[in-house]
Formats: sequence, C-alpha cells, structure tokens
Amino acid sequence: MEWFESGWGLSLVVFLPLIGALVVLAIPKAEEETQKWTALLFAGASFVLSVLLALRFDFGEAGTLQLGTNVDWITAINSNFHIGIDGISLPLVVLSTFITFLSIIYSWEHWPEPHNPKAFLVLILILATGMAGTFVALDLILFFVFFEVVLLPMYFMIGIWGDRNEVTLPVFNITTQMRLYAAIKFFLFTLFGSAFMLLGFLVLYFKGGRTFDMLELAANGAEGMLGSGLAVWVFAALALGFAVKVPMFPFHTWLPDAHTAAPTVGSVLLAAIMLKLGTYAFVRIAIPILPEQSQNWAPVIAILAVIGIIYASLACLAQTDMKRLIAFSSVGHMGFVMLGIATMTPIGINAAIIGMVAHGVITGLLFFLAGSMSHRYHTREMARLGGNQKLMPIMGAILGFTAMASLGLPGLAGFWGEFMALLAAFSPAAGLSTTLFRTLMVIGAVGTVLAAGYLLWMLQKVNFGDPKDEWAGHEFHDVDIFEKMAWVPLIIAIIAIGVFPRIVFGATNDAVIKLVTSAFGG
Amino acid sequence: MIDYHALAPELILAGTVMAVLIVDMLPVRKHWTAVVGLLGLFATVVPILTLGFCESLDFCDYSGSREMFGGSYVIDAFSLALKGLFIGSAFVAVLLSVGYLESNRFWQGEFYFLMLASVLGALVMASSRDLVTMFVGLELVTGPTFLMAGWRKGEARSNEAALKFFIIGVLSAAVLLFGMSLVYGVTGELTFTGIRAGSVGVLDGDLSGLFIIGVLFTILGFAFKVSAVPFHFWTPDTYEGAPTPVTAYLSVISKTAGFVGLLAICYLAFGEVTTLWGTGLWVLAALSMTVGNLIALRQTNVVRLLGYSSIAQGGFILVPFGAAIAADVTGSDLEEAFFATVTYLVIYAFMNLGAFGVVIAVGNRLRSAEIKDWAGLFSYAPGLATMLGLFFFSLAGIPPLAGWFAKFVMFRSVLASGSGWAGALAVVAAVNSVIAFYYYSKVVVSAFMEKVPDGVPVAEIREQRTAPSLQFALVLTTIGVVVIGFYPTLISGLAEAAKTFASGF
Repeated sequence: MEWFESGWGLSLVVFLPLIGALVVLAIPKAEEETQKWTALLFAGASFVLSVLLALRFDFGEAGTLQLGTNVDWITAINSNFHIGIDGISLPLVVLSTFITFLSIIYSWEHWPEPHNPKAFLVLILILATGMAGTFVALDLILFFVFFEVVLLPMYFMIGIWGDRNEVTLPVFNITTQMRLYAAIKFFLFTLFGSAFMLLGFLVLYFKGGRTFDMLELAANGAEGMLGSGLAVWVFAALALGFAVKVPMFPFHTWLPDAHTAAPTVGSVLLAAIMLKLGTYAFVRIAIPILPEQSQNWAPVIAILAVIGIIYASLACLAQTDMKRLIAFSSVGHMGFVMLGIATMTPIGINAAIIGMVAHGVITGLLFFLAGSMSHRYHTREMARLGGNQKLMPIMGAILGFTAMASLGLPGLAGFWGEFMALLAAFSPAAGLSTTLFRTLMVIGAVGTVLAAGYLLWMLQKVNFGDPKDEWAGHEFHDVDIFEKMAWVPLIIAIIAIGVFPRIVFGATNDAVIKLVTSAFGG
Repeated sequence: MIDYHALAPELILAGTVMAVLIVDMLPVRKHWTAVVGLLGLFATVVPILTLGFCESLDFCDYSGSREMFGGSYVIDAFSLALKGLFIGSAFVAVLLSVGYLESNRFWQGEFYFLMLASVLGALVMASSRDLVTMFVGLELVTGPTFLMAGWRKGEARSNEAALKFFIIGVLSAAVLLFGMSLVYGVTGELTFTGIRAGSVGVLDGDLSGLFIIGVLFTILGFAFKVSAVPFHFWTPDTYEGAPTPVTAYLSVISKTAGFVGLLAICYLAFGEVTTLWGTGLWVLAALSMTVGNLIALRQTNVVRLLGYSSIAQGGFILVPFGAAIAADVTGSDLEEAFFATVTYLVIYAFMNLGAFGVVIAVGNRLRSAEIKDWAGLFSYAPGLATMLGLFFFSLAGIPPLAGWFAKFVMFRSVLASGSGWAGALAVVAAVNSVIAFYYYSKVVVSAFMEKVPDGVPVAEIREQRTAPSLQFALVLTTIGVVVIGFYPTLISGLAEAAKTFASGF
C-alpha cells in the first residue's frame, strides 16, 4: 500500500472523476444506461478511495500534511504538483466525493430539461475533480487552476439546464431567461475575484521568496518580506477572490440567482461544496501566510459576516420562492462560518470547519428536497405549496427534519457550527477587540433566532395546512427509490455529526491548533 | 562563408514556393498544390529540429548561435523557436484553407504560393538582426497578404478589405522607414548591436529629440502591423471582408511576425532606452486591451468579434513590454517579459487558429457568421460546438485551457519588476480579462444555451461532414489547447530556450 500513501491514492481521488468524464465522453450518446453506470462507477471509486484515505490517515499527526506528494509540474514558473491532506482538508475532501456520488444517484431518473445525461454527467465529473483538487492543493498555482476548473462546468450546468423563466433585468432593461442571466453573473463575479486573487498570488511569489508553495511561504514568513504596506493590498486581493466565492456580504448577489436558476444537482453541488472553496481558502492560505493582516482585517470580516447573517435572514423572510429562500439561508450560514474564522481562535476555526461540513450535508439535502418538490408541483411558490405533509408524508417529514437541522437544533449537525462560532466570538484571539466581537456575538445570536423564524415560517407555509384546491385530484408520488438512496446517507450524516461531532473534530482539532499556533505564536 | 545548414529552413521553404507554382502549371488537380505546400512545410521542420538539437547530434557542427552576413542574420534559440512557431501555424493555416478554397472554387495554386512566400518573410524576420533585413522580411510578410485579403474578388467587402489593408500597410511601412532612417542617422549603424552600442548616452546628447522620434516612429510602424489601438482601424473591416482562412493567417502569423520584429528591435536595438519604448508600449497595451474589449462587447458577427478580440489579445501580448517602463528595470525582469511574450504568442497561435477553424467549419454549414444564427449549434453539431467552447474559453483565459497559462505568464512578467506602474498595468489587464469573458461567452451562450432559430436546415447540416484537412487542423489545435493547459511545461521549454536571447542584459 505504499504507493497508495505516497500521493497516488490522493491523486486518484482527485483525477478518477476526470478520467470518468473522458470515458463517458467516448460512450455513444444513445447508450444512457452505460453512461450512468460509468459515471457512478468513477464517482463511487473516488468516494471509496477518499474513505480509504481517511482510514489510513494518521489522526495522531492530524496537524501535518499526509498522504501527499510533491513533483515538478511547471518548472518554468517554479510551480509544483504539491498535494496533501491534513485534518482540515480531510473532512472536506470526503464531503466533496460523498456529495458528488449522491448527486449522480439522484440524477438517475431526474434529468432536467433539455435532458442530455451524457453532457450533464461529464460536467458533474469535471466539477468533482475541481472541487476535490482545490481541497488538496498545496501550491498556489495548482490551487488557482483547480479553483477555476469548477467554473466552466457550473456555468454550463446553470446555463443549459437552468430555470427557463423570463426575467427583466433592472438597469439594463433587457428581458432574458433566468438561467442565462444567472450563469453569466455567477461567472463574472467569480472571475473578477479570482483575477485579483491571482495578482495577489504573484506578488506573494515575487516578494515572498520566489515560491508558490503554501507551506514554504508560511514557513519563510513571506508576510514579513512583503512589508506591511504591500501586505495590506495582497491580503485585500486574496480576500476579494475568496470572499466572492464564499460569498460574503456585499459580494453575495450572484448566489441567490445562481442557486435558484441552477438545476437541482447544480444547486446541491454549489451549496454543498463550491461555497466551501472560499472559506477553506481563508483557513488554508490567508491565515497561515498572512497572519498579521488576517488579524488586522478580522474585525472587518467579522462585521461583514454578521451583516450577512442578519441581512440573509431578513431577505429569507421576504421570499416567496422556496429555492430562493434556501439560497439566501446559505448566505447566512456562511456568515457564521466566516465569523468563526474571523475570531482567529482554535474554537472559531473548528466551528467554521464543522459548519462547512454541516452546511454541506444539510443545505445539500434542502436543495434536493426543493428540487424534487418543484419537479412534482411544477412551482416553487410557497404560497401554492401548502399541505405538502398531507400530499407527500415522507417528503414532508424529511423536509421538516432538515429544516430543524438547518436552524441549528441541538443534536443535529447544524448546531455545532453556529453555537461554537458564537462561543468563539465571546473571547476572540488576543489583539482583537473583545467589545466588538461580543457585540457581534449578540447580533449573531439574534440571527439564529431569525433563522429559526424563517425556517419555521417556510415549514408552516409549505408543509402544514390543507392542500390548495388546485392540487385536488392530482396523484403525487412520494419519495422514490433514487431519492431515498441519495437522501438517507445525508440524513444519517446529519444525525451522526450532530450526536458525535468528534467525527469532524477528531480530524480538525489538532490541525487547527497547530495552524493557529504557527500563525499567531501560542 | 554561407552556412547552408543554418539557412536550410529558408531555402527549403523557398524551394517549396517555387514547387507550388510549378505544380500549379501541371495538368493535375489543383489541390495537389496544397499537398506540395504541406510537404514542404513539413520538410522545413527537419532542419529546424537538427539546428535546435545540434548539440546532441553527431553530424552537426555545434557552435551556439550562428551568425552570418556580418551579424545581420542570426540563427539562435530565439529564432529557431519562432521559426518552429511560424511553420507550425502556417501548416494549420494551409489546412484551414484547403476545404474553403475548394468548395468556393477560388484560385488555389496562387493562393498557396502567396501564403508560403509570406511565411518565408516571417522566417527571415525571426533571424534578421539589422534594420534593412528586418524591413525586407516584414514587407515580404505583408505584401502577399494584401492580395490574399482580396481573394473573394467578386465581393465588394473583400475588395474593401484588401484596399484598406493595402493603404494602411503602405502608410505603416512609410512610418517605419522614416523612423528607421532617423535611428540610422543618429547612431550611424544598421545592425541591432551597433545601434545599441551607438545609443549609449544618446538621450543626453544633442540628437536626443531626433532619436526619440526615430524610436517612436519605428515602434508605431510595428504598432500598425500588430493592430494596436489607436492604429487598429483597418483590422475589423479587413478581417470581416477577407476570406476566413486569410483572416486566421493575418491574426496569427502576420501578427506574430509583427511582434517578433518588435521584440528584436526593442530588446536588441533599443536595449539602452527601455523606459522610452516601455512607456510607449505601456500606453498602447492599456489602450488595446480596453478599447478592443469594449468594442468587442457590441459585436454581433463572430468574425468581427474575433477581430476585436485579436486587438485585445494583442494588447495582452504587449503588456510584458510595458513592464520595461520602470526606471530600475533589471535584466532578469526583461528576460521574464521576453519569456512571457513568446509563450503568449505560441499559445495564442493554437487557440486563435482553432477558433477560426471552427468559424470556417460552422460558416460553411450555415453560410453566416452572425452570432444569432449560431444559436443552438450544440444541439445539431455537438462536436463543433464543444470545440468552439474550448477555443473561446481558452482565449478568455479560463483554466485548465491553455489560455490561462498565457495570461498567467503575462501577469507574472509585469509583477516581476515590482514597480507601481507595472502593477497598474496588471490591474488594467485583470479587469480586461473579466470583460473579455463576457463577449467570448456571448458566442458560447448562443451556441449552447439558445434555441435553434427557424429556417436552419438542421437535418441537412447533420449530414454534412467537415473537410478532412479542416478536421485535422481542428484536432491538432484542440489537443494543443487542452494538453498545454494541463501541462504547460511542454511549451515553456520552448520559450525558455528563446529567453537566452534576452540574456544580454
């Protein structure tokens, strides 16, 4: 098994889906069954290997990067294929292969218009490579490439299979289909952020010792070499790139459109994994390499995070579209994650990571549910959906369960991230204003109440009451077998993480402590 | 003594040019002229390779760079790398032309004769190291293209294209010659090394004004060739009116030749006055990117859009030159810039030729290059639509397609010097690469995400096959764009070799 632990295993986890994409591409268009099984096989293999990696992972040394490799890639610019995982990336890698696998199962009989499973599967698989790759890359350029690889598949997914309702854009006064608007908006926002992120990486390279290696940059004290004047700008450039992806208020406006317009699986992958690329980058790149600036900017990030929490909650209360409500709730949850990171304490960063994983499984499931319901009702208007519980009891029950998890009910996965983020805000890292963070904690706590408010409000509108007259005489299929197969593992994960948060903390805790000590010295 | 081994690429190509004319006179099918041309180009690669890997070959007499004619003509790593690029792009350009000329019944023998003669000029430019040889090479590149642009002689647009191109071409030649004559007048030298030696301290002397005007006019002459804003007005009209394969040729080979001349003159002849041309090209780069992109946003025709896109891309290629604006620029920074330009040119050739290949293939089916007519292409020609996506997003610089590496080294080279002005140019380029995405995606949106318009004979189009030569060209460029994107080391070796040229600083 030596080959497996010397980087090959991890590389296979990342690149098996890509190979799968090429194989699916080679299968004739008519043979849909073969395409589906091939895609499932490759995504499944990637998931199984990532679990095997987790089993081989040395949890005693969770703070060191393991199971990776470092070989030449682009020698001319001194960039290497350097990958590896530690306790911080391990849960996210497993999460991404897990969700991809479930997405393919769910897709089995749920193809959005205009059908074409072949192209859809190819895009999911390319996306999977990009997402897993971002979590294992330890070289800035490799990271950048993976970070961007996810853009094109998602762009096509939204643009081709997305929402066909007409919208009229404000300001421009152009009427277009929702999917086209959402796709280009998503892409332009992210591209704008990442262009500046790339400039930041380059300045780090030239001023920070001519290396793109994240570990070397952190160890060399690249920040000191930059000088504080330049470091401010470098941090701002990186943060812009990451914040757009998260998305943090005020860069979040692409998210509700993209999530609402995307096909079900697209929304799930976006919410469950792609949003984590940004928060992960804050933890993996910004804090270790630019600790001083991270600390200086922490109050700004924390304030924006809390504005995001409150703003998203209020926006949720104003929604009439169920999917859009869930999309806005993502902005709020990512606000808690960012608040946790901004405290710069081990508790806060642990909270952020468990928050990411929990949001991945919970909001992933919520989007699956929203997709399946709009597939059956052909509408997402909550006003028309009432009485779902009576029409489809199992679906209603799962929706109720997931909403509870999302509002942070203790015992379910959502609780830990929010609770601990607030806890961490009570006593932020030395050097950060306690008054400010405690104020933010209080406001954030109000946010959790609002979150409970909008989720219960949604349940009340969608699940309870009597079915609307328009559905009289309609037969609704309750949850089908593919939905069960995709959702049950998520439900199990939500309960398991809620009851035994050690599943995540066991991996992250040592790694986070090591990260914080090496960045801020004890 | 003449080193025939070193001159072999030019000699073989010159022989091919003659052979094409002779085959044209024989009573055989006219497409044999293309075959002869392709074989000749292929044969030209052999001496380029033997020269490039001379060190490890027994029969080859290795002596580093080979100089001839009193230093006017030099075969070194730079010129070989660029010659390889020219031959490769010309190979693809011929492949793009074959089907187009056959199906439209245009003259063939003469066309390939002119195209190969123009390529010969590009080879000469890559090696020339004095003003006169450079000028002769440049005119040999440009002359035949005036005729090629007017090849659809029955069409008014094609005639307009050729005429506009001719007038601007002649004007730019005059400007260039005027600049060169002033430089010669001030320094008394024609060779680049001589000019460089003669220009030490000239900016502090009595003739500084004359010299500055000479340098700027020389650069302006090239700015016309590479269609940098504000000298770009001929480009969109010529690109739209000319036959599409000719547009591909103009936007890649002729443009690259312009950049090669600019590289050689700026870095070798004007190496002592880097801030002077650095400033000029900084402005041109910023303008070309911004204006090219902004106008491209409004285009509704794919060829015109690619025309403006190539103006903007030209701006990106000029960015590394702009890095020389810093007063304290060092040799290693300039090497960085040089490396970036060459890398960009190589990748640009792949993706732009590929993009035009798709335009030719689709245009042949739909008889239209209007973006709205391309709607729904993916539903009836998925292969072509996918390639369209690949090339256009590569031009936009989205990883993992090759264009990202080109943009990346471009950013890297400006930030290497660390000066504020260079940093500002990097920010302009970053914003522009976002704008560029919007119009590239417009074509892709139409092809992938919109409904097929009424009146498109879908069933008929499904039956049509792309000409084998065009298929071959598309496969070559697609592989290039994807493979280089994943593993850029493949070409960075090539560009690294070219960098030795700039190591004189």
